[in-house]
Amino acid sequence: MRKPFARNLLVSGAIALAALATGTVAIAAGGTEHPPHRHWHFQGPFGTYDRAAAQRGFQVYQEVCAACHSLSLMAYRNLTDLGLTENQVKGLIKDITVSDLNDDGAVVDRPARPSDRFRKPFPNEAAAAAANNGKAPPDLSVIVKAREAGPDYIYGILTGYVPYDKLTPEQIKEFDVKKDDYFNKYFPGHKIAMAPPLSDDKVTYADGTKATLDQEAADVTEFLAWASEPHMEDRKRTGVRVILFLLALAGLMYAVKRTVWADKH
Amino acid sequence: MASSHGTPPVFNNKVIAWVDHRLPIFSYIEKEYHTFPTPRNFNYFWNFGAIATVMLVLMIATGIVLATNYTPHVLMAFDAVERIDRDVQQGWLIRDLHMNGASFFFIAVYIHIFRGMYYGSYKAPRELLWILGVVIFLLMMATAFMGYVLPWGQMSFWGATVITNLFSAIPIVGESIVTWLWGGFAVDNPTLNRFFALHYLLPFIIVAVVALHVVALHVHGSNNPTGIDPKGPQDTVPFHPYYTMKDGFGVVCFLIVFSVFVFFAPDYLGHPDNYIPANPLVTPAHIVPEWYFLPFYAILRAIPDKLGGVLAMFGAIAVLFVLPWLDTSRVRSCTFRPIYKWFMMFLVVDVIVLGICGSKPAEGFWVPLSQLATLYYFAHFLVLLPVLGKIERPLPLPASIADSVLKKKAV
Repeated sequence: MRKPFARNLLVSGAIALAALATGTVAIAAGGTEHPPHRHWHFQGPFGTYDRAAAQRGFQVYQEVCAACHSLSLMAYRNLTDLGLTENQVKGLIKDITVSDLNDDGAVVDRPARPSDRFRKPFPNEAAAAAANNGKAPPDLSVIVKAREAGPDYIYGILTGYVPYDKLTPEQIKEFDVKKDDYFNKYFPGHKIAMAPPLSDDKVTYADGTKATLDQEAADVTEFLAWASEPHMEDRKRTGVRVILFLLALAGLMYAVKRTVWADKH
Repeated sequence: MASSHGTPPVFNNKVIAWVDHRLPIFSYIEKEYHTFPTPRNFNYFWNFGAIATVMLVLMIATGIVLATNYTPHVLMAFDAVERIDRDVQQGWLIRDLHMNGASFFFIAVYIHIFRGMYYGSYKAPRELLWILGVVIFLLMMATAFMGYVLPWGQMSFWGATVITNLFSAIPIVGESIVTWLWGGFAVDNPTLNRFFALHYLLPFIIVAVVALHVVALHVHGSNNPTGIDPKGPQDTVPFHPYYTMKDGFGVVCFLIVFSVFVFFAPDYLGHPDNYIPANPLVTPAHIVPEWYFLPFYAILRAIPDKLGGVLAMFGAIAVLFVLPWLDTSRVRSCTFRPIYKWFMMFLVVDVIVLGICGSKPAEGFWVPLSQLATLYYFAHFLVLLPVLGKIERPLPLPASIADSVLKKKAV
């Protein structure tokens, strides 16, 4: 792990700008391969979300991932941040129903509204676990922040499956892989409960983009990165202004300090 | 208070004069922050007291806003923090300032402590000033630890479990103490509630101790890079405007670096696992504290015995309390201590090595390395410091502060 090492350099006063230079650094978890580093539109000090990719990613999430994974911190109205109009959002969710209580206190299904949180695939964690061999699929709201190497890891998992017949005998032996296990290059311990979720033409993109596995994985990662931090662009924009202001202020302060001290040096 | 400040100030404004005659706050400010005679030769290391104060105020201000939007309940805390990020106006900014502010408060304080050690600021007559500083450091550690628990992520929960469990090493009453700390038989809702209450309380106690720290500072005035006392007006300048301006410049520079993290790498100093909601049934592969605790965490794990590890960890801080009496040298500043200067630098290296060890799994080569580094840490304070003071031959001290400033200028 190189990251904590860099953290410790901070203590010595070498605060520098190491953060920007290193960005995200992958870690090795028990002999697991590092997911390869990809360039993401949202990385770097001026990076923004690729709206078109994130919208396609929403389609992938909605048609594939949402069957098992909740996105509980997001509301449908948040999709307007991706450049959709309110009517477009309403159109996208017209077939989604959410459960609610009616005036008589009975549980009913009703059409989703933009103000609703994303529909959860299971009523509660126990139901999610029961339907998935005992372990509930994780919520994806902050998944990109919750993993070392963030987007590279998510993309890596989605594209890192190796079919049983492509595994070497050593891999099968070392990780005790059975015929119906799923093997993923980038998952710690390699054996992952999730079946390969994406494949070529798993979805048909509304904008005509060719739906290859890579494309789908990259798009849904872009979408999940946005879901993890919808205010990222605001943060960076504010940062540029704050730092420019502080640099100017530092210059003024230095000039004043020099003037004040002129007769003492 | 320090030396003669001349005649008491005369206020032209009648209201101020009226108030000051009854409650002399204006005289106090005038005396302690305006005319206060301050050595003229501070270097930029002397900025970090002011910087730490600014960070303390920033932490309290952002913390109060966060507290108004936070819910200390095990089922709601994680989402409450995310809600601050997503739905509270500029909530992300307040939270990023607060969570990175903790790290930068520690950076400022670590540099401030280094400054105190390198230039011998802890020596007579400033022993109590130094001890109050160590008390502040301890309070900061407790506050930061409890604050890290509040988002109720995996590292929050497991960090709290590991650290509170340390008390179980105490013979006989240990287990009872841990149950008492938890308010139950595991880290759970009562633990989260009391940590929130204490996390809100302790910063104000820190403010009180900082006030004492400043009062103690103003009795004999600041130390300075030469470590020799001011001998007259030619050695000092009034605090304002000379050091208000210099500190202001330093604070702004520090805030620039801080802003780089807040706005462009807000999660860099954190751990990704803390974005996974706390789960008592799943232990993270690798539990690590925040970076500022890593050297002490390494000392804890370096000792193969639990009670021994806990004692060593607390001992590593306790030894700082007696630092003024461990140092036998009559010279304050390392500038004039040709041997100790290098050992002081090496102590910094040692603490960084400990920090790296603390971030690694306690296995293989890291175990003996952290043991060696721990041994050196204690040897520095308990052996080197007392012995070196006796055998080292310090360089000749300058005749006065003014003398040293003018000499430097000539070079």
